[in-house]
Amino acid sequence: MEARVSIIKKRLRSIKRIISVASGKGGVGKSLVASTLALNLAEKGHKVGLLDLDLYGPSSHIILGVKDVFPGEKKGIVPPKIHGIEFMSIIYFTEDKPSAFRGIDITNIIIELLAITQWGPLDYLIIDMPPGIGDETLDVIRFIKKSEFLVVTTPSKVAISAICKLLKILRELKIPVIGLLENMKMAESSIIEDTVAEIGVPFIGSIFFDKNLEDAIGIGDLLLKTKFMEELDDNLKKINL
Amino acid sequence: MHEWALAESILSTTLEEAEKEKLKTIDEIKIGIGELQQIERDIFEFALEEIIKSKDNKLKNVKISIETEKSTLKCKSCEHTWKFSDMKKKLNEDESEAIHFIPEVAFVHTRCPKCGSPDFEITTGRGVSIISIKGKR
Ligand SMILES: Nc1ncnc2c1ncn2[C@@H]1O[C@H](COP(=O)(O)OP(=O)(O)O)[C@@H](O)[C@H]1O
Ligand SMILES: [Mg+2]
Ligand SMILES: [Zn+2]
Repeated sequence: MEARVSIIKKRLRSIKRIISVASGKGGVGKSLVASTLALNLAEKGHKVGLLDLDLYGPSSHIILGVKDVFPGEKKGIVPPKIHGIEFMSIIYFTEDKPSAFRGIDITNIIIELLAITQWGPLDYLIIDMPPGIGDETLDVIRFIKKSEFLVVTTPSKVAISAICKLLKILRELKIPVIGLLENMKMAESSIIEDTVAEIGVPFIGSIFFDKNLEDAIGIGDLLLKTKFMEELDDNLKKINL
Repeated sequence: MHEWALAESILSTTLEEAEKEKLKTIDEIKIGIGELQQIERDIFEFALEEIIKSKDNKLKNVKISIETEKSTLKCKSCEHTWKFSDMKKKLNEDESEAIHFIPEVAFVHTRCPKCGSPDFEITTGRGVSIISIKGKR
């Protein structure tokens, strides 16, 4: 009999809000938004955790510059603090070697991580999701009942088509969606705003492509000072974060 | 000490099942521990005892038996099967510890001994499980 699932509720009990940063597509900036959102909220004095659930392609640790740390052990595993953020990722256990997992393994890893991680009392737990509507998304919906979704897209017809599918399935499952954030905008266009208006999901706003962003990757203090962070912060105000 | 978290989840599941089955007392829990997870049995048993003391008295007289399950792995590419005990020697301390926390990272740190594929499955003995629960209504 599966013996780990029933404890998950307890592990998440002292967390006020859980926000999964998701998208139907890869490469749209989910990891960047999740990591900088965590940094932003921590900077404002909130207690924040960040969980990277992109098990094949974890990236939050690269964005935040996480190196040479390992979880502590106290009645479970205790996430190390990076820039004040309690950070949990599969990378502690894979040493960043290539990870080939099948669906059942993904589910097992997610259950294990959720069952053994001892988060402190948190105001926010941010989850960096992999692209699409696969096992991870379904498992978050199944095991993390109180998660809300923040969906990211780029202004591309290709991306928005996949994102609409994710938004529709979330709505069908009655999962709260905070809204859609348009990222890496290059020129004025209202294609994203118009498309989400049709499916009735709140459009939060846009963040432009920041050509200086790459220099700040891996350096928390610099990330806080980027144009990207400034625009993210403006958007967060609109959703009371 | 992450054995504590696993012990806690076993007992929480047991109490949930007892609730569902309307059991007034739980007499026996049979727990399986898969070799792959390399549970420290002393710590695990200690954690079970401590948590039982702090929990409601449905568990007061529970007898706990623990069975260790051999881990077997099977390659999806060449169908070769092997045992965790055969490959354990090849793992360094960090890899072994990582598998202790998350058994699936065996796919990251080891390969099929015959064809070298990372695409294999854990057929038995992954981690902790409940084999059976006995009690009275
Ligand atoms: N607004 C932006 N300006 C500049 N670069 C960005 C922006 N948003 C994302 N990026 C970059 O695009 C790449 C993909 O982003 P990432 O967060 O890894 O996407 P995802 O997690 O959706 O796959 C990263 O190199 C990231 O730094
Ligand atoms: Mg990502
Ligand atoms: Zn093989």
